[in-house]
Amino acid sequence: MRSFIERHTFWAIVIGLMLAVGLWMIFAVWPDWLVDAIGRKKTFVNTLLNGITLGGLYFLVASGFTLVFGLMRNVNLAHGSMYLLGAYIGYEVADASGSWFLGLAVAFLSVAASGVLLQVLIFRRMEGDDLRQTLVTIGISIVAADIMLAIWTGTTYQFQPPEWLFGAATLPIVSVLKSSGDAVFVKYPVYRLAVLAAAVGVGIGLWLFLNRTRIGMMIRAGVNDREMLAASGVNVQLVFALVFAIGAGLAGFAGVVGGTALSIAPGEDIRYLLASLVVVIVGGLGSVSGAAIGALLIGLAEQFGLAYFPTYGVVLTFLIMVVVLAVRPQGIMGGR
Amino acid sequence: MFRLTRTDTGHPFGLHPAMIVAGVFLLAYPWFASDFFVFQIGAYSLILGTIGLSLMMLAGYGGMVSLAQLTVAGVAGYMMAILGENSMGVMGLGWPWWLTVIASILTAALFSAFIGAIAVRTEGIYTIMITLAIAVAFFYFVRQNYALFNGFTGYAGIEPPTLLGVYWRDATPFYYLTLVVSGFFFFAVTYGARSTFGLSLQAIRDNPRRMRALGYDVTLHRVAAYFLSGLIAGTAGVLLVWFNGRISPGSVGIDVAIDILVIAVVGGMRRPIGPYLGAIAFVLLENFAIDLIDRERFNTVIGLAFLLVVLFSPDGLLGLWNRFKTKIRLPHAVSTKDGRETRGDRNSPGSLEQSP
Repeated sequence: MRSFIERHTFWAIVIGLMLAVGLWMIFAVWPDWLVDAIGRKKTFVNTLLNGITLGGLYFLVASGFTLVFGLMRNVNLAHGSMYLLGAYIGYEVADASGSWFLGLAVAFLSVAASGVLLQVLIFRRMEGDDLRQTLVTIGISIVAADIMLAIWTGTTYQFQPPEWLFGAATLPIVSVLKSSGDAVFVKYPVYRLAVLAAAVGVGIGLWLFLNRTRIGMMIRAGVNDREMLAASGVNVQLVFALVFAIGAGLAGFAGVVGGTALSIAPGEDIRYLLASLVVVIVGGLGSVSGAAIGALLIGLAEQFGLAYFPTYGVVLTFLIMVVVLAVRPQGIMGGR
Repeated sequence: MFRLTRTDTGHPFGLHPAMIVAGVFLLAYPWFASDFFVFQIGAYSLILGTIGLSLMMLAGYGGMVSLAQLTVAGVAGYMMAILGENSMGVMGLGWPWWLTVIASILTAALFSAFIGAIAVRTEGIYTIMITLAIAVAFFYFVRQNYALFNGFTGYAGIEPPTLLGVYWRDATPFYYLTLVVSGFFFFAVTYGARSTFGLSLQAIRDNPRRMRALGYDVTLHRVAAYFLSGLIAGTAGVLLVWFNGRISPGSVGIDVAIDILVIAVVGGMRRPIGPYLGAIAFVLLENFAIDLIDRERFNTVIGLAFLLVVLFSPDGLLGLWNRFKTKIRLPHAVSTKDGRETRGDRNSPGSLEQSP
């Protein structure tokens, strides 16, 4: 932190100022001229929170994607299908058992198992041939999307989250002062905050797993130099299968979490595939912290685009990607 | 000197007899085929094949697998609706048809060069990701933008002009139009691959660092390749929008973009004829799979076919054919083993041998 300030004093000041303005915009009661310029404060705060929670959801999806890529150089374009598969399985289980958490666990485990199957049956047979592996994942995603459409049809499904996650929480943020002087506080759905908490939890968990455990050390070593890791006596295939399981499982987990926050329908697989792609391109392939930054950026861009320039929202996401590629082709946190 | 491609095939004008037979068949096709086969099968295959050709050129010669080729074609299609005439009452600036066509194709090519400029900053597997992201973003953009692209509905009523007393959307004239365009691009790519630019592009594909060291501007060559492939895809896009008469976000959707990749991969990305073979197989399957399976499950069939090809014959139908040919020829003619079948095969030692 200190070295960053010393090396990039100018940028540290810019970031500091932006943070200060941002905090002021969140907590202060807006003066009239600001309301005239960009609309009500409630819209702004809600958009901001929506963006952050969406970023959290994107992080859940993209972290698995980036983890798999970092270790295996395999762009798994069936990742979106895994998200959707997790959502459907979770829905079926939750519907049958009445327990949302059971649905979440089964979705995680079954999609993780499907990931292991994919790794063992297909990717192991064409190791080192990146392009072919990627093409295979495209084929799988076509077939998977069609089979899921056949089983679950085109209907939109909606989860029932547990009771205590229902409803709205009052946040300590004043939106406007009434003429009587009473403050009106911002309200926000509890479930969305839970999504954010889950994303932060998964992020910290992944960080601890990668940086503080022996297996995590092996995975990091594999990211840096796969051959040397294999030469030093580690069963690389086992590590690969494990990472694929975690990556796929996280997609399934995100499917249930995201399917509850929004809804499940055919086509969502493409949406989350796009999100994962852009997030990891922006954040840097193979970097979990990069995925977190990228997810936050893209989530915010999408929600602000939707709220403030509805018909050009996607352009904002696209612009972020282009600017990052132009300035830092390897992504914000990506290393070469 | 290194010999990268073989021009001495031993046939007049370098034409293989099979090509002459195919050419005669294609020219005579409307004489014996019904309108449905001429228009829905013939012309449609040629259009899809041409879009596939633009991908084959980038991927086969440039080593850049782009999933945004359909998006480029879609840009041309949308420009036709925006600049020319449509029946939706949105945009439709009413430019003369020839100006509209030229402007649409050029816009598409410039858009393709722009995609190239973004994508070539990274290499290999990143290209596929970036172009896929662009394709999906374009789909969502045209779907939510009503001012320019008329949103979810898109445009309809886009027609080719009536010229020389011929209505060009009739089956036979339209078929010949697509045949001329596809033929032109097919030969342009075939011969372009042997030009200085084509050879440098293939050399960059094989070893960008060496080419950079030799003083070639690698980035410029790649962006130029994107521009040229954009010309091909854009022209095919104009034909496609005339063929359909309409364009909507669904026409540039990600499943269709992947179909183009399927066509190129199934056909084979080593030679220009590959995408056309793939397109014919795809269109036939699309039209007649109904008889075999439920219409709804077409994507499963196409996906499985694609998977099988990628898993068992990475160089597509062309590769299967070549292997078959080598197999039946090997017992009695070992001496011709390094003949035509290795041409264009970048992994074979034969393509880099020194000429006598």
